[in-house]
Parts: sequence; C-alpha cells; structure tokens
Amino acid sequence: MAQNGNNDICIDLATLERRLRLFLPPHCLLLGEEDLRPYECDGLTAYRELPLAVCLPETEAQVIDILRTCHSLGVPVVARGAGTGLSGGAMPHAHGIVLSLARFNKILRVDRAARLAVVQPGVRNLAVSEAAAPFGLYYAPDPSSQIACTLGGNVAENSGGVHCLKYGLTVHNVLRIRVVSIEGEVFEIGSEAPDAAGYDLLALMIGSEGMLGVVTEVTVKLVPKPELAQVVMASFADVARAGDAVAAIIAAGIIPAGLEMMDKAATAAVEPFVKAGYDMNAEAILLCESDGTPEEVAEEIARVTEVLNAAGASDIRVSQSEAERLRFWAGRKAAFPAVGRITPDYYCMDGTIPRKRLAEMLSAIAAMETKYGLRCANVFHAGDGNLHPLIMYDASKPGDWDRAEAFGAEILELSVALGGSITGEHGVGIEKINQMCVQYSTPEIEAFHRVKAAFDESGLLNPGKAVPSLHRCAEYGRMHVHHGDVKFPELERF
Amino acid sequence: MLTAHSLDDIVAAVRNADAGRAPLRIRGAGSKDFYGGLLAGEVLDVSAHRGVVAYEPTELYITAKCGTPLAEIEATLAEKSQMLAFEPPHFAGATVGGCVAAGLSGPRRQQAGAVRDFVLGVKLVDGTGQVLNFGGQVMKNVAGYDVSRLIAGSLGTLGVIAEVTLKVLPKPVAETTLVFECDATEAIRRLNEWGGQPLPISASFWHDGQLWLRLSGARAAVEAATAKLGGVSTVNPEKHWNSIREQTHPAFAASPLWRLALPSTAPCPDLDGLRAIEWGGALRWYAGEVDGDHQAIRAAAIRLGGHAVLYRAPESLRCLEGAFATLPPALLALHRRLKKAFDPQGILNPGRLYAEF
Repeated sequence: MAQNGNNDICIDLATLERRLRLFLPPHCLLLGEEDLRPYECDGLTAYRELPLAVCLPETEAQVIDILRTCHSLGVPVVARGAGTGLSGGAMPHAHGIVLSLARFNKILRVDRAARLAVVQPGVRNLAVSEAAAPFGLYYAPDPSSQIACTLGGNVAENSGGVHCLKYGLTVHNVLRIRVVSIEGEVFEIGSEAPDAAGYDLLALMIGSEGMLGVVTEVTVKLVPKPELAQVVMASFADVARAGDAVAAIIAAGIIPAGLEMMDKAATAAVEPFVKAGYDMNAEAILLCESDGTPEEVAEEIARVTEVLNAAGASDIRVSQSEAERLRFWAGRKAAFPAVGRITPDYYCMDGTIPRKRLAEMLSAIAAMETKYGLRCANVFHAGDGNLHPLIMYDASKPGDWDRAEAFGAEILELSVALGGSITGEHGVGIEKINQMCVQYSTPEIEAFHRVKAAFDESGLLNPGKAVPSLHRCAEYGRMHVHHGDVKFPELERF
Repeated sequence: MLTAHSLDDIVAAVRNADAGRAPLRIRGAGSKDFYGGLLAGEVLDVSAHRGVVAYEPTELYITAKCGTPLAEIEATLAEKSQMLAFEPPHFAGATVGGCVAAGLSGPRRQQAGAVRDFVLGVKLVDGTGQVLNFGGQVMKNVAGYDVSRLIAGSLGTLGVIAEVTLKVLPKPVAETTLVFECDATEAIRRLNEWGGQPLPISASFWHDGQLWLRLSGARAAVEAATAKLGGVSTVNPEKHWNSIREQTHPAFAASPLWRLALPSTAPCPDLDGLRAIEWGGALRWYAGEVDGDHQAIRAAAIRLGGHAVLYRAPESLRCLEGAFATLPPALLALHRRLKKAFDPQGILNPGRLYAEF
C-alpha cells in the first residue's frame, strides 16, 4: 500500500542499472535474487521485502551520485547500516534500492585532547570505544547490539543502551554529522563547538530513521572512562516493590550508571543459559550499577544498599570483582538470546512508561498472556522507564504471529495510555507505524510530514516508514480512539 | 500589546495574526530582548500563562506553562533537592518558555548538557494556531521526529511554546570551588587536560589571570579531586558562580559583547578584548568595538571551527550585522523550508533568528 505517495512507481530496472553502472564499479552493486536475499530484512525478521538492487558505495561522491540518480528516476532509497535494527526501519522497498553504508568503516580521527572521534557511519559502535580506550576515553551509548551495530544506524535510531539514564542517548553524544540530501546536496550539521548557529537540526536528524538524509560522517563525543564500576543485585518478592525501589533510589538523589530490572520469566530463561547467579525465587531482580572514582563508588553503593534494604529487598549482593560485575550483567545482556532458546520465536517490544506505572503495566501484560495464549518475559531499563516485553510465539504455527503482533500492539497502546511512548529506542520503522496514529493527532502527523518534505520533498527516502499516512491512520483508527476522541472525524469512514 | 492568560488565548491571538498576516513578537518576561535579531510585530505577552502543571521528582521531570518564572520552577525543584542542570540564566525574571526559546545554558553546560539536552516535550502553537504536542514526559521517546529539541533555541520562530517538560536532576551532594592563577593559554591547556580525566568538574571560568573551577558530586569524589588538583579553595563561591550565570560579573560588562563558541582545544585567536573563558574552553567572551572589525571576529571563529554571536550590542549594530553566524546557502534554504512548515505566513518572531525569515 502506498504510504507517502510517490512509491507506486515501477521503474525500469535496466535503466536504473545502466545509470548506476556509470559511476559504481561492479563490486559495489548487487543485483539478482541470490545477492539481494541477505538484505530482505533487518533485525525484525517478520517483515521482508526484496529491493531492486543493493548499492555498496565506497566514497561520498558515489553516495551523492546514487542519490542524484535515484532522485532523477524517482527510485526510493533505504539506507542501511548493520541491519541490526528491531523495527524494520531498514526493510527494503520493493521498487527501491538499499544504500548500504557498510564500506564506510573507517575511524578517521580520534582526538585525545578534544575528546572526540570522527568516524564513518559504517563503523561499529564498540569499535569507537576500542579506538578511544588507549586514551582512557570511551563512547557512552551502548546499545545491546554494540558489537555489531553501526554509528550511522545509531544516529538514524537515536539508540540508547543500559547506561543512558546517566550518560544520555545518541542525541546527547553526537557533535556533528555530514549528511547528503536526496538531491545530492551535502550539509554539515552541528559542530565541534557548542550550540551551532541556527536551528538544532542535529536533534531533528538524530532518530529520523533515514527519512531526512543519508549520513556519511559522524563526530562523537568521548568521555573519560570511570576508574571503577560495581553492581548491586537485589531480589524482590513482587514487581511492584521492585518498581518502588527504583523510585526510592531516584528520590534519594542517586542517578545510577545503570538500573535494570528483570521479571521471573526473564531470569528463568537466562539463569540456566548464563549461570549469572540470579535468585530464581525472586519475582523481580534489580541490577544497579555505580561508577566513578573508588571513593565515589563506595559512597554510592552504600547509599543504594541502604535504600534497597528499606524498600524491602529480600536479598542484596554487591559485585566484589570485575569478573563478578560482568557475570551479573551477562544475564541481562543475554536476555534476548536466552529467551530465544526457550521459544522458537520471540517478538521484542519497546514501550516507554512512567516508572510508577510499571506494576500496572506488568499486571496488564500478565492478563494479555492469557488473552492471547502466549507467554511473555519482561526486561526493563528501569531507570528510564523503557520496557522490553519479549513475546514468545512459534512462527510455524498458524495464527501465532498474528496473535503476537496484536499482543504487542496492545502493549504499545497501553504505554501511550499510561503517559509513555510506543518506542523508547528501537524506532518506529514499519513495525509501529500504526501505533503512531495512537500516539499522535492528525495535526501532529501532518507536521511530521511537513518536516519530512522540508528535507525530502520527493518522499523517496525510506518511504512508508516512521510516519504513517493519514489514510493509514484513518483505516487503523476505525478500531481505536485517541485520548478518548474519535480519530479523524473529518474523514469519511468506509 | 496582546496578553494571553491561557492556551486558548494564545491560539486565538495566533489565529487572528495568521488571518491578518500580522507579525507577532512573543514575549515572556522580556529578559532576553537584547538577544538575537531585531524585535518586530505586535507583542504577544504570554507571561500570564503560568504555573507548574506536573512535577514528579522520582520520574525526574517537571512540566510548566510557558510564563512560569524560572525562579518559581527552581524553588519547586529545590524542595526535593533537584535542579535544572543546565543552569539557565534568569536575568530579570526569565520564564521557562523564554529559556527554552533562547536556548541559553549556564556554567554547568559543559558537564551536564545544554537546554536542548533536557527538553523532553513541548506543547506548541504553530503559526496557523494549531496545538501540537511533541515528545512527552518520559526520558526515552523516539516516536516521530524530535521536534521538541528542535524548538530549543529557535527563538519563537517555529511556534509559541505554550508548555514545556524538562528533565530534572538531583542537586550534587557536595560542591567546592578552586582558584588557580594562570594566563588564558594555560587555562585552556589545563581545562582540556582535566576534561580528559574522570574529574567531577561542573563549571569553569577564566577572567583576568584567574581560573575558577567548580567541582560537584559525591563528597568523596569532590574531596579526592580537590586533593589531586591543588589550587586555592574559596569560601562562599555561590555568589561568584551566580554572577557568571547571570552575567553580572564585570567580565561581561562590554558592548558590543561577542560570544565565541569554539572547539574547547582551539588556541586563543589573534583578537583583542578577551574577557572570559567558560565551558572548559569552549566558550570565549570578547569585548568588541562599535566601529571595530566585526568580520575579523567572525572569521577568526570560523577559522577555529566555531562561530561568533554578536551577543550584546547597540540596536543599530545588531541591525547592521545580524546576531548570528551566516548560514551556508543550502542550510539557509533548509531553515526557510522548516520555518514554512511550522509558520507558513512567517508571522512568528520574524527576523529574530535571521533577517531572512
């Protein structure tokens, strides 16, 4: 279905190929089903589409030529990093090309004195921290896929990680980007100096899911690596108490480096796999990390322990070595694959809620498990209210995926109703496009379309993603109400 | 002058202005009338649309109507030992709407982040009088373009900020200020060296041969850093930092006053009139002359990878020079398209950011 207009076109593949070959060497252009198949989806494997072609440019000049060519021929362009995204943002367009930035994999500069790194968008997140490590510096945002995901993808999705309560998201850690527009024009946005002149286009570009431009260079902030980190692990006999404990930590004036929660279903999946030493009797466990100088950490750990005791923790353990700290974290970091071991498929959600509504959300999810006949394990970036329910299903069973999808949609819509958002860090992509209609009103969605048009009037960059068409919302709205109102009263119902 | 007491009043004023194509000059307390381009249009005073709407200390956010004085917000936060970590200047009674619109951050900016880093959501009345909500009250929200951060520093040119939600943080447990004697070049060198180490530096200020450094955080961390850094501890440093935040310190007493944002490691440019250095070396203040070589100042900033703002100056000079650094043509065109997306008739604060829109 057409979503952003302009994508019902069917272009002549031979013409496109001829035009691309004018400037792209053979090894930079993939055609034919066998070569295209690996690009048919990103981390959200439930949605697949084969593109017309995959371009793997090696220079910015080639990126400019590709975009100009696609612009002149009216061919949709889907930019792609490592393809680890979980919302289908990099899913190809059937009549478009995939523009892979995989070969933009050089770290151009690590400036120790200025504490920044200039990298190409295909550089892996973890590689930046590795390059900065000899200087005692690192790049703070650490999405769980950091070993594979790229900076370009992080910029597109405004990626977070387990440390973002204290150290911020991608938007707080990027200083400058180079962007090529669909018309092939190059912009420098942001600066190594603070507060660049004009509108804060950097904020707009970061998290824009490849809809506004193609990033060819990223300058990131590096921060000093804390001397020490330690983790407190606490068990709770019920999830509401664990949620209250999180609020109590914040109320005590503590901003931990990481604050994570797992429910019993998650620890039960993880423990046999990782042997992290989790309390299998607890309904929820909390991991609270403190970092800084040894003096600072000791002071904070003592305060956290006191707060957790007062909040009714049934067991508290403090990591006594770096190995033990990593083991406590290993379970949390392996939660997704561990769940993957006990179910043929799982569907990862990404709603954000005010922390105080956690118990309400978890009991609603428990009721949904019965309603949909599917199990769900919950891991939670408790510090910033970002919940990742992992809905377990079996794609080979007829109807299972449909129920999983409906289950997920209900969680997202409840997130909005509780005062949160349909996505904390994974992006809207194709996955949550319908729920955008629940979170935003018609005028707001129209404003997003106008922003899009200010950057990409042709609508060729990643069409059909991130921002739904009003038509789509009207269709979806037949079953839903927004903030108690009937949606799109001005549109005819059919 | 139009006075808005409510969201409905703001909407009505903007709709009328839109219908009559009559520009509006949006005003909170007017504490930053000196800043940016020239003021044009009928005043829309939104200072009466005020009050804290929601404050959740354990969720780390506060929502307030645009006319709420920063002083009121900070007093509310102080009751729970929390703060606006970007330390915005109040000048004379600044409101939270004006604070976000101007996007000016204070001494803690280099450590904590800028205004835009703390904006979680806005309620905006666009140039056609539509009420739009962007962002929200949660820390993480990547649904839709991040328009709420785009609004920070847009000087009211994209919409009337009717309500804003800001992230708040706990106040540091301990704070100490150290003073060192050194010249500007040495100050820049030391600040960058310290910046690369895990030290709890929350503010820096160099003026006239003295470098002031504020350490904030856990008591143990502040004590350890104090022992490591040396310098002379001062008593009652709050007054000093407040004079920097509010720019009542003599270092800022110049007109024209230039604000150069540079990479923190940039050497001192070959310019006279250096008055102060802040933000770990990334912010430099220069006294200019009314008939001085303004282009030389702007060019020096660009050469060093930054930009210069004509921060305070007589109106005639601001009119002639423009306050902000010139944008490259492609970026300027993009700015105009964005302006049009939110304010198609160009009635909101025209010329306040750039003369072109």
